[in-house]
Amino acid sequence: MIPVIVIFIYLAIIAFIGSIAFRRSKTNTEDFFLANRSIGSLVFFLSLFATNMTAFAILGSSGQSYRQGIGIYGLMASSSCFVIPMTIFFIGTRLWALGKKFGHQTQVSYFRDRWECNHIGTAIFALSAAMLVPYMIISIMGGGTVLADISTSAETHQPLIPYAAGCAIVAAVVTVNVFFGGMRGTVWVNIFQTILFLCFGAVAVAVISHALPGGFGEYIKKIMDDPKNHTLLTREKMPPQFFWSYTLIPLSSIMFPHMAIMCFSAKKVTAFKRTVVLYPIAILAIWLPCVFLGVLGTVTLSGKIDPDGVLLRMLDTYAPVWLAGILGAGIISAVMGSDAHQVLALSTMFTKDIFAHYGGKQKFGERGSVYFARAFILVVTIVAYLVALELKAKQGIFEIAIRYAFSGFAAMAPVMIAALFWKRSTKWGALAATLFVAISLVGFASLQGKPAAPPSAPKVDAAAAVKPTPPAKPKEDIIWKIGEGPDAIKILSRSPATGDVRFMNNYMTVVPMVIGSAFFMILFSLLTRPPSQQTINRYFGRTNTPGQRPVATQA
Amino acid sequence: MKKLLLFILVVAVYVVHQDYWNWNKAEPLVFDCLPIGLAYHAGYSILCAITMWVLVKTIWPKHLEVEDEDLQSEIRNPKV
Repeated sequence: MIPVIVIFIYLAIIAFIGSIAFRRSKTNTEDFFLANRSIGSLVFFLSLFATNMTAFAILGSSGQSYRQGIGIYGLMASSSCFVIPMTIFFIGTRLWALGKKFGHQTQVSYFRDRWECNHIGTAIFALSAAMLVPYMIISIMGGGTVLADISTSAETHQPLIPYAAGCAIVAAVVTVNVFFGGMRGTVWVNIFQTILFLCFGAVAVAVISHALPGGFGEYIKKIMDDPKNHTLLTREKMPPQFFWSYTLIPLSSIMFPHMAIMCFSAKKVTAFKRTVVLYPIAILAIWLPCVFLGVLGTVTLSGKIDPDGVLLRMLDTYAPVWLAGILGAGIISAVMGSDAHQVLALSTMFTKDIFAHYGGKQKFGERGSVYFARAFILVVTIVAYLVALELKAKQGIFEIAIRYAFSGFAAMAPVMIAALFWKRSTKWGALAATLFVAISLVGFASLQGKPAAPPSAPKVDAAAAVKPTPPAKPKEDIIWKIGEGPDAIKILSRSPATGDVRFMNNYMTVVPMVIGSAFFMILFSLLTRPPSQQTINRYFGRTNTPGQRPVATQA
Repeated sequence: MKKLLLFILVVAVYVVHQDYWNWNKAEPLVFDCLPIGLAYHAGYSILCAITMWVLVKTIWPKHLEVEDEDLQSEIRNPKV
């Protein structure tokens, strides 16, 4: 009961912050979507970080390390420590400057103007929205699951907040916050949320370390001495090609609409300085404790364990009830922080790139656009909530969709890099790259296989009364190979463990997608006519010409 | 020359992410509890922060700040 009370106090604080933001808001789109481009340095860092961190950073990371070991940190966290700040430094700052100069509020409006073409923007919008929607739905599903898990009574094993109610609470709080507060409300709430979940890891480690007799070292040595589990402390089971190819995945970060839109909202470009330096440290603060505790879960917990719930189980076992509630609020913060930005980003894109672009703004004005945006937020969260309820059993499909969406957004990075740094890039290059990404996404997703069933307990051959039969090793599923026998080159295969498609033995599909996207961008740009000199001067000249900003956004 | 050195730094940081030498090792345990592969990547995260600090100090796109100041003064004092 106590964790539930703590979480409700937390939700009340979130709603209160949102209401203050509402009182400060103005009825124009620049204020609603970008908080009037007025976000200061520290707030910008905290909010940008919250935008990119989901519940996966806490629950997923510990669950994955429970299954696969410490390699998860290098695979997902430290690669992000390098790539994400780099993209913010080189791409985010330029996006910010172009937003200030020309009034862009979304990537799509920039692409449209940069390449003098409406349709390329619409194509990129459609692809981005299609890849973002499953992400938003799974955030609500994650919120419902976490609230149910946290509120499950140890005696009755029944949740005080059932899954459906949990999803409704998360959807309602996010909707109220974004609907009334827009970007300002979301960002203010992020300050509180990010501080909470940044503290989560350190507090969890301190509390659990205090509760474990003998300290962490003893348990790590236990894992090391266990022949079944010792690979959890190494990367023996993680192919180096897979490990390397994962470094391309964080390229997706800056291509996520909610991240790019956040870049437009900074007051000054200097806000990026602190962000890029602190970003790796913040990842370290969250991921290191979660990965470490996930691995420890293999020896500190007993009984049947859902890997994604391993951290909650550890808190339940080793932390005082009230603290478990506060830490649970930290997890919910991670869910809501990113979900709010996803909802706001979808609303911004629909309002600016579709509604306003195709005449809605002229007809209904700035105030009408904000009303449209609010109505859209309401509709989209209700739909996402209903989908989360109806398709709970098919959560795995959404998870797979997100895995592919990450590859898809990463593969769109060459389009953004070309737009920003290559004068000669053309709309046809961008369109070819976008179509390639969309087709390869659908193609690879259609080849996705089912994950192998977890190994069952070894069977004893009673008739022969000899040693137990070891579980059969899952067979690798080859989709396309060249040649036969041991020299055959496996072009495409499926991972036996996850069913994910692999390229050239163990590379992730993001590798051919990024290379292909860059190739088509370059090839079709070279084959077609570049944008007009006037546009190139506008985007690559250093001096600002008065009257360049679109009239409507000067308000 | 400065840009070349920074380019080499960035490439080197990217390359050392792939730490083959720690792949199959759990020991030594750093602070008596962190397997070397995990401790290495924790240190790598700090290295990334330092690299970003160096980039901010050396090749920060100052022209974007100047352009913004120009734009702000233009908005405050529009040319008629």
